[in-house]
Amino acid sequence: MEVLLSLSIALLYAAGIFLMLRRSLVRLIIGIILLGNGANLLIFLLGRITKGKPPIIGADAEFMMDSYADPIPQALILTAIVISFGLQAFAIILIKRAYRVVKTDDLDEMQVKIEQR
Amino acid sequence: MQANTIFLPILVPMVTAVICMIAWYKPKFQRWISLASSIIMVLISLWMLNSVIGGSIWTVQAGHWSAPYGISFVYDGLSGALILTTSIVSAACSLFAGLAIRSNRASFGFFPLFQFLLLGLYGAYLAGDIFNLYVWFEVIIISSFVLITLGGEKSQLAGAVKYVTLNMLASVIFLSGIAVLFGTLGTLNLADLSEKIANLGQDNLINTIGVLFFVAFGIKAAIFPLYFWLPDAYPTPPAVISAIFGGLLTKVGIYAYLRVFSLLFIQDHFIQQLMMYIAILTMVIGAIGALRQQDMRKLISFLIVSHIGFLLSGIALHSKEGYTGSAYYLIHDMVGKTSLFLVTGLLFKIRGSFDIRDHGNLANDYPRISIFIVLAALTVAGTPPFSGFWPKLILIKESWVQGAYHLTTGIILASAITLWVLAGLVSKILWGQKEHPEMKMGDSFFEKLKPIRKAGLLLSIISLLIVSISLGFFYQPLYQFFSMVSSQLLEPYSYIQSVLSK
Repeated sequence: MEVLLSLSIALLYAAGIFLMLRRSLVRLIIGIILLGNGANLLIFLLGRITKGKPPIIGADAEFMMDSYADPIPQALILTAIVISFGLQAFAIILIKRAYRVVKTDDLDEMQVKIEQR
Repeated sequence: MQANTIFLPILVPMVTAVICMIAWYKPKFQRWISLASSIIMVLISLWMLNSVIGGSIWTVQAGHWSAPYGISFVYDGLSGALILTTSIVSAACSLFAGLAIRSNRASFGFFPLFQFLLLGLYGAYLAGDIFNLYVWFEVIIISSFVLITLGGEKSQLAGAVKYVTLNMLASVIFLSGIAVLFGTLGTLNLADLSEKIANLGQDNLINTIGVLFFVAFGIKAAIFPLYFWLPDAYPTPPAVISAIFGGLLTKVGIYAYLRVFSLLFIQDHFIQQLMMYIAILTMVIGAIGALRQQDMRKLISFLIVSHIGFLLSGIALHSKEGYTGSAYYLIHDMVGKTSLFLVTGLLFKIRGSFDIRDHGNLANDYPRISIFIVLAALTVAGTPPFSGFWPKLILIKESWVQGAYHLTTGIILASAITLWVLAGLVSKILWGQKEHPEMKMGDSFFEKLKPIRKAGLLLSIISLLIVSISLGFFYQPLYQFFSMVSSQLLEPYSYIQSVLSK
């Protein structure tokens, strides 16, 4: 399970960085989204995966049994998802507005148009 | 002194931002409230600094959950100096923005956004938990994203696309570093991490995490191979927003370096050499980039990049004097760059253009303003006895003493090019010939202001200059203070004690 997760995280990072290096604005934002998802999965993986256990220790447990899920990575992932969701929403609207203004989806042409003023 | 008053730097901007949002349709009220709040923050930060000036560290656990399980807020000498400087810079920018920001931006939420940006900054300076630092960084960048695009001009959007992309990439790299750090060590509290790394020794995985953090903070701080977003993004918004960014935002990256790389990672020889070479390249290439710029703001942006190199060289030297020089230069740089950007804003209001070719003959038209422009340029260029000189001297001496002659050469070369660039800029603005048909003197935005408003615009720049000059003239006590800060950074024992004993 961990190997599968590592491979998928690696794929997400690779795909995200590949898309961020493209010339198109839309691919840029999709790359950012994929990269953010990869980072969230990385936190999930590194928080020690346990199957089917809640992040709570029972009230009658007298010693620490290894049968609970670590709550901190869950909190980290939730926070990271919410933050990146807000940032991505802004980035999508920014790209939409940039497209409206420079009338092109191509980053190189946008640079040329800006320099020409 | 109640322990919970550590949260005042977080509460004051938050309350001000909410008040500004409630008064959304009254921009005039927002301008006054923002200024009042910034001045209150200056007083609060002076009062708070008073309690740590002797070297003690003030720690509060949020919600009384004891460390290392709870979230710590730590206020030590470095945090104190940075919070005070941020409040002074924000007061000057509030005054300038209150008078100069155009009403379309003011009515679309410039002031609440500015206060949210300050909230993120103060929170980052107080964070004692690495994920909390990440969250405050995100608050900072989302506010800065909106500020940089407010107004929606074409150049702003192009610069903003680069700025947004690279900052989001930096966030993802920072988050990945935190993920691996948590997976390896099981804790997020900076003091606890420091103790664990010191006990376990630094193996390859910890070094890899260190490099991840180095890159993440490097993108935010704009060091050598990662600085390309800055000269394209900072010149595009109006001068006040550039001043806020140039004085406050890149410095958070350097603060993160100072905090994380002194507490967590023991710098081995490789990382130290890497930092030194990157510092040299940043300094020299940033300064050379400023040589042929015709746009004043782009010129100052390249100077920002160059002076980040100075800060990084102090960190690379990793000694008491090195950190003293870096911390002292950090405070000087925040005040200096903001004053330079505010000067360009003033010149724009006077002459109507940011292009150097359109300026000239200011010494005849406005002799007293010209004096302030010369003073601002002198402090940034680092001439004695103004504030830029002393920390540079500390850095040069320390790099010479440590045998890092390449670093010494880099610092001297970058300082020389900075002086050249600023001298050329000032002489063109003050005494040069205007190359394009000029605006009549009575037509400018500046001339049409009432005298009290003109005085207000000038007061914002003058107050920063007064701070800057006193940073230079009160060298001896400031040197003691920054030496104390530096020893707090280099020997994290007192920090760890203060946090983990709660």
